[in-house]
Amino acid sequence: MLRIVLSRTLPRISGISNCQYSAAAIPVPSAQPEVHYNKLFINNEWQDAVSKRSFPTINPATGEVICQVAEADKADVDKAVKAAREAFRFGSPWRRMDASDRGLLLSRLADAIERDTAYLAELETLDNGKPYAVSYSVDVPMVVKCLRYYAGWADKWEGKTIPIDGDFFCYTRHEPIGVCGQIIPWNFPLLMQAWKLGPALATGNTVVMKVAEQTPLTALYVASLIKEVGFPPGVVNILPGMGPSAGSAIASHMDVDKVAFTGSTEVGHLIQQASGSSNLKKVTLELGGKSPNIIMSDANMAEAVEQSHFALFFNQGQCCCAGSRTYVQDTIYDEFMERSVERAKSRVVGDPFNMKTEQGPQVRNTEQFKKILGYISSGKREGAKLMCGGGVAADRGYFIQPTIFGDVQDGMTIAREEIFGPVMQILKFKTLEEVVERANDTKYGLAAAVFTKDIDKAHYISSGLRAGTVWINCYDVFGAQAPFGGYKYSGNGRELGEYGLDNYTEVKTVTIKVPQKNS
Amino acid sequence: LTGSHHPSNQVEQCKSPPSTVGKQGNMSSEPGNCQNHQDHDPDHGDAGPAKQTMPMPVPNLEVQYTKIFIDNEWHESCSGRKMPVHNPATGDLLCEVEEADTEDVDKAVQSARAAFQLGSPWRCMDASDRGLLLNRLADLVERDRLRLATLEALDSGKIFLMAYFVDLMATVKTLRYYGGWADKIQGKTIPVDGEYFTYTRHEPIGVCGQIIPWNFPVMMFAWKIAPALCCGNTVIIKPAEQTPLTALHMACLIKEAGFPPGVVNVLPGYGPTAGSAIAHHMDIDKIAFTGSTAVGKLIQKAAGDSNLKRVTLELGGKNPNIVFADCDLEYAVEQAHSGLFFNQGQCCLAGSRVFVEDSIYEEFVCRSAEKARNKVLGNPLVPGVDQGPQIDQKQFDKILELIESGKKEGATLECGGGPWNRNSLFIQPTVFSNVTDDMRIAREEIFGPVQQIMRFRSVNEVIQRANATHYGLAAGVFTNDIDKALTVSSALQAGMVWVNCYNAMSTQCPFGGFKMSGNGRELGEYALQEYTEVKAVTIKISQKNS
Repeated sequence: MLRIVLSRTLPRISGISNCQYSAAAIPVPSAQPEVHYNKLFINNEWQDAVSKRSFPTINPATGEVICQVAEADKADVDKAVKAAREAFRFGSPWRRMDASDRGLLLSRLADAIERDTAYLAELETLDNGKPYAVSYSVDVPMVVKCLRYYAGWADKWEGKTIPIDGDFFCYTRHEPIGVCGQIIPWNFPLLMQAWKLGPALATGNTVVMKVAEQTPLTALYVASLIKEVGFPPGVVNILPGMGPSAGSAIASHMDVDKVAFTGSTEVGHLIQQASGSSNLKKVTLELGGKSPNIIMSDANMAEAVEQSHFALFFNQGQCCCAGSRTYVQDTIYDEFMERSVERAKSRVVGDPFNMKTEQGPQVRNTEQFKKILGYISSGKREGAKLMCGGGVAADRGYFIQPTIFGDVQDGMTIAREEIFGPVMQILKFKTLEEVVERANDTKYGLAAAVFTKDIDKAHYISSGLRAGTVWINCYDVFGAQAPFGGYKYSGNGRELGEYGLDNYTEVKTVTIKVPQKNS
Repeated sequence: LTGSHHPSNQVEQCKSPPSTVGKQGNMSSEPGNCQNHQDHDPDHGDAGPAKQTMPMPVPNLEVQYTKIFIDNEWHESCSGRKMPVHNPATGDLLCEVEEADTEDVDKAVQSARAAFQLGSPWRCMDASDRGLLLNRLADLVERDRLRLATLEALDSGKIFLMAYFVDLMATVKTLRYYGGWADKIQGKTIPVDGEYFTYTRHEPIGVCGQIIPWNFPVMMFAWKIAPALCCGNTVIIKPAEQTPLTALHMACLIKEAGFPPGVVNVLPGYGPTAGSAIAHHMDIDKIAFTGSTAVGKLIQKAAGDSNLKRVTLELGGKNPNIVFADCDLEYAVEQAHSGLFFNQGQCCLAGSRVFVEDSIYEEFVCRSAEKARNKVLGNPLVPGVDQGPQIDQKQFDKILELIESGKKEGATLECGGGPWNRNSLFIQPTVFSNVTDDMRIAREEIFGPVQQIMRFRSVNEVIQRANATHYGLAAGVFTNDIDKALTVSSALQAGMVWVNCYNAMSTQCPFGGFKMSGNGRELGEYALQEYTEVKAVTIKISQKNS
């Protein structure tokens, strides 16, 4: 570990500069990790679904069934909410616990996950299809860092004393909201779980979490670690299940105080509606994006090409913050295109357990797979120039070739809609003012980037862009310390950083009459 | 100079599960509980409360580290001098320790400066990794907890169980707490007027000199290094000449945890030589001192005489503890007793002026004297002993001299009043009643097991009398009346006010003094300010927008 602390060499395949690792240190994985947990986790116990139903989870690299998993529905959500409510009862062990001890539990969870890094990375790759080298070196370490970060916040989330007018003493208490429903996606199963649990538990809430039906396995293993490190029963409940049944039951539940959702904008609308038609539960949303990545002519070309490639193709293109509109200044457009195509053609697609693989299969979701191919056809149809790729990449599993479109126009479907696959759109622009306006001409506002050496341009563009995250001369740089969230249709609220705590806190103002106020 | 969590609470917690455990006794216990156990193996699953045993000191402990720690290496002193370290309970020589002086300080500063160079491993390290190192150090302290507690009891004379449950627990918690802060020390972006973009960077100050006292050696060590390191500074720390041993053991753990060389340097030595060299050094950017008010003034002067280094001071106190008639009397007597007698009275926080409301005065004095008489003195390593020896002959003599002055000036001696067990450094638990505000025992810091109980009649009177001191460290109020509690707590000139409790400290809560009790705050978020320089960076931009 100390080597990691002290050495700052960045591996080539990771653009996430905060995830430092040495490729030599990655152990050889087992491509068939044993699955230990496939039931619902309620009240620190493993339970079958009330309906007794289960669903298969599939290895997207082969299309084979990994195992059956208990399928939660409304009745199971009710049970989980009861357990979470009981754990949140005034006077319960969880409510009475010192904040620093909540932090210690989160730290221990991070330690346990770190201990089991190799196994969790194998399971993540098996279930999700992302390359093992990435699961091992990016996803799991970021999970550990996120949990450690929020462990530290637990006893530092301070209220205030406030100098109000009159003979009063006034202070605020930062109290947990209560039972939090959390619905997470399949593109970063472990990491999204940590992003959700970290702030919710640091602030003292209890959780009912629905994990994506495509990728339930790592979340269930983490549930076992939650029990192992000593969280009281009912504090965290984990339910694999489908959106329209289990997800909907959480969003509409009258005894869930808050719901946090990461997923598509379409479903985000449904969540917000469900809150409105039930108990006005607090809502935070992390939704889709069509993020602009702007390359000015004075940028370092090699760096810009590599980062833009990473910005789009990382995680098989399945990132809400994918840089899917690459705006390149006209004077360097041709060279940038040529180099980008060369880079995409060299991208290694294949068995995610092979260490050389850069791109695995898309997540097993037939609809999603067809949708990506549909977008590729629309690009061709609407007149974009297919520079490379454009089809499926293997005869089994869910692989798609790294695809680049040139001469993309703002009005084309592939320039307006979120594709969520390995399909890169390159657009040409002339002036600064023009590109800012075009970059902002979208209903989304999640992330954006600009590559330039000019300090004025960097500031002009970064303040002009309507996006929750702006990267300058880098892309996809995530630290647990920095907030993440979207403008406009890309979401509501912020995750990570100190800002992430706000979304899990009720502020209580206590005012006491005093005989005489003094400064 | 300092106290800690209320001792009897702590011991109670370790005997029985805290209420937070509730019904899930068969689960691996919740951490607050677990931390109090001797059995602290993280792998064990079911150490139920019933299985707990009291920790026992490490028998025949040999002192391992006796040299000066510079650049992650052990050095002999440049002068070749050593100093003796004694067990105050027996007078036995424990060992000899290398004695640092000016030349050694210079060496240490060079090493700390090199570790702080731009581009050094320490400066380039991610903040979260600084936090991770502090967390690892906490893990190592937990691993060596018995050894450190034994060493602390041998070296300082404090009760072993207190060292184990209070000092070491606070040390671990402090290190973990600041481990968490490292990557949360956030600058700001600021909406300045004009076409500018402004942000602040919270940068470490640089090389920090830290001088710590003998009353809570290892805990003070953690209070000092943890915020300094979490902000990214480098440190030269001088433990007290009476109690250097746990600090040297910590040095070894610092190296084991993986801090780069030069980040922490530990120099045992005397105040007038090594301490003065630190305070006057032209290449030390900041000094933090905990000790007497008299020496605090010297430190401040030395900073003025040399390079205007930043100064934080935690100094003496003569702390009022105000007991109203409407309080829970038995509880108040108990809290006032431990508020004074904890750690042989050697706390800057000691509640050494107990103001008791007229109508309960006699009863309060009677019960307090009874409590003091029941104290068990003896070998601090033996379970059941409540009070160990004072630290050294000089302190011992000073305390006895002040006791004599109390008798002479007309206070009523309720119990104690002299040495205990001839030819040793023990002093009988002593209670004076009918103390008036002008007596020396009501004005000077005694730093020993001597309790002064005064009488008062009204709220305004007691506020005025409580504040009539040049100190302003801590204060206590016992009352069930919310108006009195809030009125008195806002009127008292003190850095900490406890309502219906005393010595209730935690690492999250700031600690420091008004007036001549000090300068700046330790612990909590506030301490971070004492170890950061704020840099405002302003960039001209072509066009500002909100």
